[in-house]
Amino acid sequence: MAGNRALYEQVILEHNKKPRNFREMPDATRKLEGFNPLCGDHFTLYLKLSGDVIDDVSFSGAGCAISKSSASVMTTLVKGKTVKEAEALFAAFHKMVTSPPDAPVDEEKAGRLAVFAGVREFPVRIKCATLAWHTLLSALDGKSDVVSTE
Amino acid sequence: MLAGPHKNPASPRRSPLTATDIARIRDDFPVLHVRRGGKDLVYLDNAATSQKPRVVIDTERHYYEAQNANVHRGMHYLSEIATSAYEEARKKVQRFLGVKLSCEVIFTRGTTEGINLVAQTFGRQNIGEGDEIIISTMEHHSNIVPWQMLCEEKGAKLRVAPINDRGELLMEEFEKLFTPRTKLVSIVYISNALGTINPIREIIEIAHRHGVPALVDAAQAAPHLPIDFQELNCDFFVCSGHKMFGPTGIGVLCGRAELLNRMPPFMGGGDMILSVTFEKTTYNGLPYKFEAGTPNIAGVIGLGAAVDYIESIGMDRIAAYEHDLTQYGTQLLQSIDGVRLIGTAKEKAGALSFIMDSAHAHDIGQILSEQGVAIRAGHHCAQPVMQRFGVPATARASLAFYNTKEDLDALGAAIKKVKEVFD
Repeated sequence: MAGNRALYEQVILEHNKKPRNFREMPDATRKLEGFNPLCGDHFTLYLKLSGDVIDDVSFSGAGCAISKSSASVMTTLVKGKTVKEAEALFAAFHKMVTSPPDAPVDEEKAGRLAVFAGVREFPVRIKCATLAWHTLLSALDGKSDVVSTE
Repeated sequence: MLAGPHKNPASPRRSPLTATDIARIRDDFPVLHVRRGGKDLVYLDNAATSQKPRVVIDTERHYYEAQNANVHRGMHYLSEIATSAYEEARKKVQRFLGVKLSCEVIFTRGTTEGINLVAQTFGRQNIGEGDEIIISTMEHHSNIVPWQMLCEEKGAKLRVAPINDRGELLMEEFEKLFTPRTKLVSIVYISNALGTINPIREIIEIAHRHGVPALVDAAQAAPHLPIDFQELNCDFFVCSGHKMFGPTGIGVLCGRAELLNRMPPFMGGGDMILSVTFEKTTYNGLPYKFEAGTPNIAGVIGLGAAVDYIESIGMDRIAAYEHDLTQYGTQLLQSIDGVRLIGTAKEKAGALSFIMDSAHAHDIGQILSEQGVAIRAGHHCAQPVMQRFGVPATARASLAFYNTKEDLDALGAAIKKVKEVFD
């Protein structure tokens, strides 16, 4: 692994610069805050659910490149998916980022999430990468408390 | 930084530290030669914890190899020499901090424990419902939370002195906070997040003019400025061993004996006891009243060695050298486009907090680490001051006397790498 070159993949840097679905959603059906007290990353996630399907998803707030790009990629992946499909994506993502740094990445299964494999070398950054996902899961679960990584 | 009030009149005049002196000093710190990417690691996280000279490491090892025994209770040889080394270290700290009586030096686990000790003893005894405690916006959590806990228990109030955009305390506003209900002032000497050196003598003087005792949080000051507890004329003073080139888990609370004698004990057990029956316990005198249980003996003796080491260089020379280094680092950071310093007080120590237009503090810290430069990135356990400046976190390079202009040049070069990645 080539250290930060692998951590800060071009895709990550690009999403950090131009995050997708980065907007507030006044008519969201669910809204939840995610907070990492360690570094101050703070996002609000907005969801529009129609039945079991995520019709729309967006986020606002501030954070590091890893957390912001992870939130951005996540929104592009879960839009239009069912709750179950989103949960399965999270499970695959979580498994990848918490696996040992030298474990092979199932590129096919991880898809566009594979760019975050670099965080495995930096345990403290796993929280950055998963913050938006934990917030999404809690929002889908109908929780209303701020999601904290601690 | 050394001008006027910060100079210890008792310290001998010695020549400034030269590059040769610094090279020799660097050789005293084994960890400064840890290699990263083929080069010595550049350590600029001294405000979090400082590195330890070999003499401190050797002193701790020697204690365990040749002196290990409990203190103040054994009748045997080892206990005698352990007790003597422990009490000798107390005298070294007393001399180093300019404390009048050795019984006014109490060993704690660190600054945080020192502040909690005062809050839970003096505070609980003297602060009641409706009373007020004054702190400042630039305090770190250890000088906020113990007072909040006390306020919650007693129904007291925390009053917070504001700061300006440079990170300087607004002295007029500070003085306006005093009311007949003010019972204590607890203020940081040097801010860990901004590097601001507060006008601590003036702060103490104002507190005393209002008949209020003052606690000085000197966690960041003790390793960088000559300190004279008596000359400061404060009532309580706290600092940490690990930030002053000593071991972790050891710190000092200094207090005026008159106040300490009136305070109840903090914790019960061990050395704080003179006699116990099931009906009544008689407490020991100072300083043992506040040193319950078996203390961190190796830590105390190691701190004594750290004090000897600092004194062998000279606190005045250290402060002068760091002052030049701070100026150099400030100019260097200000010369890089897209870098903004948070904390630009006129009186400033070597904590250079900054943000960048293009990168979050965490990303800066990560990329700097890859370039072999260790800094801190985050809120520095001082979230309210981050909120004051409207930033979630900063990157912070913090200096010690073993740092060099080359270290700061490496920092500058690494920041340019951050720009390459993020711009």
